[in-house]
Parts: sequence; structure tokens; C-alpha cells
Amino acid sequence: MSVPIITAEGLGKKFILHHQQRERYTALRDVIGIKARSLIGRRPTGGSSREFWALKDLSFTIDEGDRVGIVGRNGAGKSTLLKVLSRIVDPTEGRAEIRGRLASLLEVGTGFHPELSGRENIYLNGAILGMSRFEITAKFDEIVDFAEVERFLDTPVKRYSSGMYVRLAFAVAAHLEPEILVVDEVLAVGDAEFQRKCIGKMKEVSSGGRTVLFVSHNMAAIQNLCTSAMYLSHGRLVMKGATHEVVSEYLRSAEKGAEVHLADRPDRQGNGMVRFTDFSLEDERGGPLASAQTGSAVVFRFDLIAQPGKLKNLHLAMGIDDVHGQRILHLSNETTGEIFPDATGCSRVSVHMPRCPLTPGSYGFTLFSRVNGEIADYIFNAGIFHVEAGDFFGTGRLPESDQGAFVTAHHFTIS
Amino acid sequence: MAIIASDRMRDPIIIAPGATSGRYWRDLFRFRSLLGFLAWRDVMVRYKQTAIGVSWAVIRPLLTLGAMWFVGWLFGSTVPKGIPRILLVAAATLPWQLFASAFDGSASSLITNTNLITKVFFPRMVLPLSTVLVSLIDFAIALVILLVLMLLHAYLPGPEVLLMPVFLLLALVAALGAGLFIAALNVKYRDFRYVVPFIIQFGVYVTPVAFSSQDIYGNAAIPEAMKFLYACNPMVAVIDGFRFALFGGDLPIHWPGFITSVAASLVLLGLGIRYFRRTEKGFADTI
Repeated sequence: MSVPIITAEGLGKKFILHHQQRERYTALRDVIGIKARSLIGRRPTGGSSREFWALKDLSFTIDEGDRVGIVGRNGAGKSTLLKVLSRIVDPTEGRAEIRGRLASLLEVGTGFHPELSGRENIYLNGAILGMSRFEITAKFDEIVDFAEVERFLDTPVKRYSSGMYVRLAFAVAAHLEPEILVVDEVLAVGDAEFQRKCIGKMKEVSSGGRTVLFVSHNMAAIQNLCTSAMYLSHGRLVMKGATHEVVSEYLRSAEKGAEVHLADRPDRQGNGMVRFTDFSLEDERGGPLASAQTGSAVVFRFDLIAQPGKLKNLHLAMGIDDVHGQRILHLSNETTGEIFPDATGCSRVSVHMPRCPLTPGSYGFTLFSRVNGEIADYIFNAGIFHVEAGDFFGTGRLPESDQGAFVTAHHFTIS
Repeated sequence: MAIIASDRMRDPIIIAPGATSGRYWRDLFRFRSLLGFLAWRDVMVRYKQTAIGVSWAVIRPLLTLGAMWFVGWLFGSTVPKGIPRILLVAAATLPWQLFASAFDGSASSLITNTNLITKVFFPRMVLPLSTVLVSLIDFAIALVILLVLMLLHAYLPGPEVLLMPVFLLLALVAALGAGLFIAALNVKYRDFRYVVPFIIQFGVYVTPVAFSSQDIYGNAAIPEAMKFLYACNPMVAVIDGFRFALFGGDLPIHWPGFITSVAASLVLLGLGIRYFRRTEKGFADTI
């Protein structure tokens, strides 16, 4: 029987929000003022502060060797949880037990000093992250190699490019050898090549049986790296389980951001035989999605109202545009050959895309319908939807954002 | 592996509200290399992009020494026979500078390292301790100046000089005690940022830097209560001690005053550590 490497029971963290205070620290003057007022029997002019639970009733266990992704919207408590587990902040209630050496990387380059050289910063940063001088020396060459900064080792890091800076900072942290590695959203910085290296390194770390806790908004990275995931919302644990289930639950329930109401749009053309009323994104089972995900199934759903009577030869089309307004995709039941000679009573259209080929970003769409040869409803630039990164290739990697709007299955051979 | 596993089961890290870890001092020891690196960073960074660089480390104590010598000469404080006034002043200025820089450094050590406190775990006491280490390096340079001055005046101290490390330690106790206290207060009330320069400025006048303790203890016109108050200054014992170490029997220690002063130092350190440890867990929240 193995004991979990991390056990949390009812963890909670409360902050007091002071509304009119610009700085987090207090001035003695205010304290004296409040004390003085309460001395003469007047209550301090309160009402300007309220409690806020960044974490509440959080209970979970993590076993040795698990790679756990933590997902959630901004402000869901992900970073606070990592800070509590890293012992940087004290919980307000509850308890956690950690059975091993834990190292955390909550920010890339914490403690880097701009005036010091790369070499000096490697030692300094290593010490800050809890490495001994001996460990750093032993890993030094590997770190330099990973960061690709050998030529600039003796240059102050203030002269580094931001890419070099980030690579060096991550390299030091990646060569820590803790039993538990806690990593906050560090992949947000750096280019795709750097992110690829980071994920590769973290996989390598955890293949040695070490435990990894990883926060990211990059679902592709989470799906690729993690064996299980936790979904936090408003400081509470919504779900913990297999990565793909948690990620899809997160994407589904995240927000109603994908709904576009079309019923009241005045800027439309057509005879009104049918009118689009709503647009939303769904998964295959009909659950709402906040955004599509590259490589995952997505259903574009349109609700519509038809005029009474027969609805003959319904033709539907959806044009998808990139952010520059360039038409990049045209979906139509004419091209798929799915003709609807009699669509009487129809109130909903679903366009199924089994593996969304769009790369992460925002896309605009235009809607078109024709009934019996005549334009029924046509809304130009009807709305936008978002696509988040997903693991299309099963490698956790996608092309860089400026390298095209699509991904497609392909393979390479050499001879 | 089995041993490690059972070890872990017996001794997990407990995270709970207000849980004071029994391994605090062990952690502090484990982070000693961080302590060294932070001090090293501060020293390395200090003279970057300055025209005369490390020379500042010599010029600053020299200037202070000159000013103190001038004040003492102006007011005609007592100088025992056979001791050059400049050495008498140096024996006080050096430890005072050590105290001032260690106190100032440790008091502001937390707010100047906010980024570390909010992003990395380590025993927070590492920060004030590392600034004390930096002050010690400055002191070592100043000590070389003192040696040169002694050579110039062909002055050789007696065996009492071996006691100097003890008084050095006492200066650090006083500086750290006050520094820990103010550092922790600074996290919440930035007012204390302004208190430190005041204490240092004012302190030099109630500490026997430009004069000597004999002027106080030997003066019948000063009431006993005032003498006691004077002795409550932790730095009185340090400077009297330094002078004793350098000049021996020529400047004997006034024991009741000395003991009072040492006790004040220790009480200050005790209170400083207590307050620091009590508030430490909230540093990342409030800083």
C-alpha cells in the first residue's frame, strides 16, 4: 500500500480585500486612526473591505509519480494552491501533508539579477531554488547546453534577449531534482521551440518517477504531459480525474462565451423563410463548449425559426474567416451532398466537425441559407468563436501561430 | 528505497494554519548556501557601474573616521595618555559602522526582496542574515584600515585584542535583534523605513563614538538614572569592548554598564526573533 505523496484536507485560503487601498501594506497612521476611533466608541468606517476565499474546502491526494495538470479560469485559485503547497503562503484553514522534497517554479527567472552575468545568475538562481553549490556545479554544463547561452555566459543578463533570458531561467529550474516539481504557467513565455523543449524536459523529469504539478492554460500541453488533472473554479475543486475528461469538462463548462444571439440582428438579407436565432458550440454529446479545440470534435449549432408551411430544398452554408477577414473555410450541405428536399419542422442545424483542423485563435463566421432556390437568410459577419490549443497530432505540438490557420494529418518519409 | 519511504511517512511536511515547523532551524541551516549567494550577489552588484568601484569600500569608512575624529577633537573628549585620538575614534567608528550597515541592511532586506518572498519558499530569516554577512565583509575592509593606522602610529595592542571577535559577535547580535524586528514591521508598516535612518543618525550621539564611556560613567554631574539609560544602549557594550580589546587596561570596562548593555542586546535579539517568527508566515500575503 502506498501513501499519497501529497494529501490535502479541506484547504482554504482567505484574503481580505480592501477596496480603497492602493498598496497592500498598511500605514501605521491608519491603524492608529482606527484604534483611536474605536477608543472613543466609534466603529471604524468599515464596509470597504470584504472577505474573499481564493481556495475553499480543497481535498485531494496525489500519488507518487503522478503528473497532475491543474486547469481553471484566471482567478480560480490555481496559483494560490501552488503557493500554499510550496509553503510560500499559509493556508487559512485545512491541512496538507507533503512527503518529499518539493521544488516550485512559480515564475521564470525569480531572483535573476540583471547586473550579474549568465554564469553568476545560474548559481544564484540555483541557490534560490534550493540547490547546493555542489549540485549546481554538477549540472552546470547541462544547464548551459539546454539554455543555449554558452557564448554569452559572461555577459550581464540585462543584455540578453528575452528569449535567452527565459531559456536560461527555465534551464536552471528544469535541472532541479526534487521528488515533487510544482510548475506554474511558465510556458506562456517563450516561443514554440522553447515550449517544446520545456514539455520534453518535464516529461523526462517525471519519467524518473517524480511527481509533477503543472498549471497551464495550454490544454495541448496539459493533455500531452499530464496523467491526471484537477479542475478548479472559484477556489473549489470541481473535478479530478483522467486528463481528457477533466479538460473537456473544463472547456464545456468554462463560460457561455460561445453563444451568439442572432434573432435580433437587423443587418440581414433574405426573404425570411428561415431565420437564424442562435449560434453555439457543442461537443459530440450535445454539451455546450466555450470554445472549440484543435483536434477535438466540435459541433456548430444553429437554432432557427422557419415560417409555417413547407420547407423545401434547404441549403445551408457557413463561411469561416480568419482575424483579417480572409475567408478560409466554406462549410455547405451542397458540397457534402447532404441535401434536404423536405426540411419542414426543422428548428436546428448542426455542423459536425470530427477533428477541428483550425489552429488556436479567433474566427469570424458568416451564415447563409437558401430555401427552394431563394435566399432565405444571410448574415454577413454573424459572430466570432474561439479555438483553443489541443493535441491534434498526439505530440502536444502545434505549429507556431503565424504558420497557418490549419493543421491536417500528414506524415513524413525519407528515402 | 524502503528506508526513504518509511522516513517520509514518519516525517511529512505539515501545512496548516499557523503550523510552526519544528524543523525551522534545520531548514535555515539547509539554506545556508542561499545565504552565502545572496550576500555574494549584494557585494557583486553594489559596485557595478560605478567609476571607482571597490574604492568606495575604503573611502566611506575613511571619511566617517575623519568626521568622528574632528568632532571628538572639537569637543575635547578624554583621550588616555599614549593612545592616538584617531585610533580611539576608529575603535568606535568601525563597530558603529558595522552595526549601522547590518541594521539598515537587515531592516530593509525583506522589502527589497519582495519578488523572492512571493515566489519562492525559504526560511525568511535568510534575507536579514545575508545582509549581516555583507556588513561583515565591509567590516573586514575597514579592519585593514585600522591595521594601517596602527602601523602608522606604531601602536601594538595587548593580548586583550583576542577578545575582539566576542565584541564583534555582540555588535551583530544587537544589529540583528533590531534588524529582525524592524524588517518584520516593515512588511506591514512601511513607516519603519523612515525610522531606521533616524535611529542610526540619532544613535551615533548617544553611543560613545565621538566620546568615550569614561566621560559618562566618570562624570558625577550625570544622575545614576541617566547613566543606566545610557547603558541600555546595546552598542555601548560593543564599543567599550572594542576599545578594551585594542587599548586594554588604559580603557577598562565599566562592568555594571557593560552587563546592562549586553543584556539589552540579548533581550532585543530574543524579541526580534520572536516577532519575526510570529509574523513570518504572513509575509508573502502582506508584503
